[in-house]
Amino acid sequence: MLSWQQIKGDFPLLINKGKNLIFLDNAATTQKPKQVIDAIVDYYTNWNSNVRRGIYRLSEEATDHYEKSRENISNFIGSSDPRQLAFVRNTTEALNLLAYSMGHNLHEGDEILLTIMEHHSNIVPWQFLQEKGVKLKFADINEDGTLDMEDFRNKLTRKTKVVSVTHCSNLLGTINDAAELAKLAHDNGSLFILDGAQSVPHMPVDVEKLDCDFLAFSGHKMLGPMGIGVLYGKYDLLNGLPPFNGGGEMISQVYTDHSTYADAPEKFEAGTPNVEGAIGLSAAVDYLRNIGMDEVRSHEKDLISYTLKKEEEHHIDILKSYGPRDMEKRGGIYTFNLGEFNPLSMSEGLINEQIRVGSNVHPHDVATGLDSSNVAVRAGHHCAMPLTHRLNVVATSRASYYIYNSREDVDLLFESLEKIRRLYA
Amino acid sequence: MTDEEISTEILLDHYRNPHNYGQIEDANEKLIEFNPVCGDTVQITIRIENDVVTDIKFIGRGCSVSQGSASMLTDKVKGMNIGEIKKINQEDILNMLGLKLGPSREKCALLSLNALHKCISNHEKKTHGGN
Ligand SMILES: Cc1ncc(COP(=O)(O)O)c(C=O)c1O
Repeated sequence: MLSWQQIKGDFPLLINKGKNLIFLDNAATTQKPKQVIDAIVDYYTNWNSNVRRGIYRLSEEATDHYEKSRENISNFIGSSDPRQLAFVRNTTEALNLLAYSMGHNLHEGDEILLTIMEHHSNIVPWQFLQEKGVKLKFADINEDGTLDMEDFRNKLTRKTKVVSVTHCSNLLGTINDAAELAKLAHDNGSLFILDGAQSVPHMPVDVEKLDCDFLAFSGHKMLGPMGIGVLYGKYDLLNGLPPFNGGGEMISQVYTDHSTYADAPEKFEAGTPNVEGAIGLSAAVDYLRNIGMDEVRSHEKDLISYTLKKEEEHHIDILKSYGPRDMEKRGGIYTFNLGEFNPLSMSEGLINEQIRVGSNVHPHDVATGLDSSNVAVRAGHHCAMPLTHRLNVVATSRASYYIYNSREDVDLLFESLEKIRRLYA
Repeated sequence: MTDEEISTEILLDHYRNPHNYGQIEDANEKLIEFNPVCGDTVQITIRIENDVVTDIKFIGRGCSVSQGSASMLTDKVKGMNIGEIKKINQEDILNMLGLKLGPSREKCALLSLNALHKCISNHEKKTHGGN
């Protein structure tokens, strides 16, 4: 096992910034180790050419690197067949692809079951299907931020054709029991999609053990480059979907009046793919595998339990945090407020002059205050507006951890929060 | 204290104890401006007589920058005529605050100015037929 301090030394940006950056916005994107940067440079220095097209050796070599990357990433998520992985741009594109392609076989009255903790990318693409009369339902959360399983079961009906759920909430840090949800969906005859954007980077994920039909995740949230993501699908299901984008590579035969399509995964990879991205993501997967995903998970578990311990020690009077306190159900995400700002209803809210904010510190001010102590966190609705409103606040601040963070970072977070609290008192 | 610290202190003072907070009963313009990204909100009520702002109040909710700047701006424009108010621009507001703000926070700083400009233009439409 490497030491976590040693790991930080692999990240050129973190070395360059030194003490001027405590990066706690890893749920948005992660930094890149030199192994990933080198792999991309190596590709452009030694292998660059278009894939699947050339009959010359360089193109064959580039294709080989691209396909080996697919195989490597496929192994990483426990998929026994690399043809089950289509490269896309990110989680958002994978979910749009699914909503679009599945939409062909959905009809008026069919239902899609989501949860209130979904990221906008797992809500908006499905909303497009409402035009056809497809209905969206949202399973609620419990007080502790876990999924309300009773509500989930109640909303899973004979009409539910698709269940699409995040594995880990990017706001609450809640880890959902994906295997259990998949089983409930399948027993009901529904397809099960898992949004792995916040789980694949942070914990062991085995698609075959979880038995999910589809899985979406983004390379940039797991040390890989931006612009590469993965859609996994059980082969027959993936291959059975109608295509998404049309163009080169995804076809078998093209005539002026119709075309026939290639099989998955090419069917979903129209146009020149992001070869650099696939190779970079494969290097990121090697890097993570070398540490071990169990180790990654326990490191983050340590950081989040340490965070909650610090929270209790510091006992900042107006601090309120969200999400489960059972560490088995909690990822390395800490979302909080220094005094809550509740949403105003435009019609009546502003008439009341009692809505003065007093000593509450708006999340924007929290983030700016932390930034002046070199702590980078996110403030806002975190692309989960329905969940933010469900919590009855306008916004929250969020610290999210990864392998290069340490307990010292958590200490600094709380020291800075104390300072901000004093400034606004 | 550095200039930046003094400016922060002044802003926070306005945030904790806002000036011109409330609403005017006999206002001739009332407008709510809302930043959908962060939920910052200000409502402005304004009394304009012969093209001069005789009274202005705001109610709002949001960060220190959006609320503090609303408090400072309402102080600044009381007694001004609408021609002068229309000339107030982004730079004037940032100078008034005296803080280095990133692009995302500048939107907060400009919320009340946008609301005020909309009030003025609504008023002009009513009184001058839209010119
Ligand atoms: C749970 C979850 N799903 C989906 C996404 C979307 O990821 P991307 O922006 O890479 O498409 C994110 C990223 O913020 C996320 O946290």
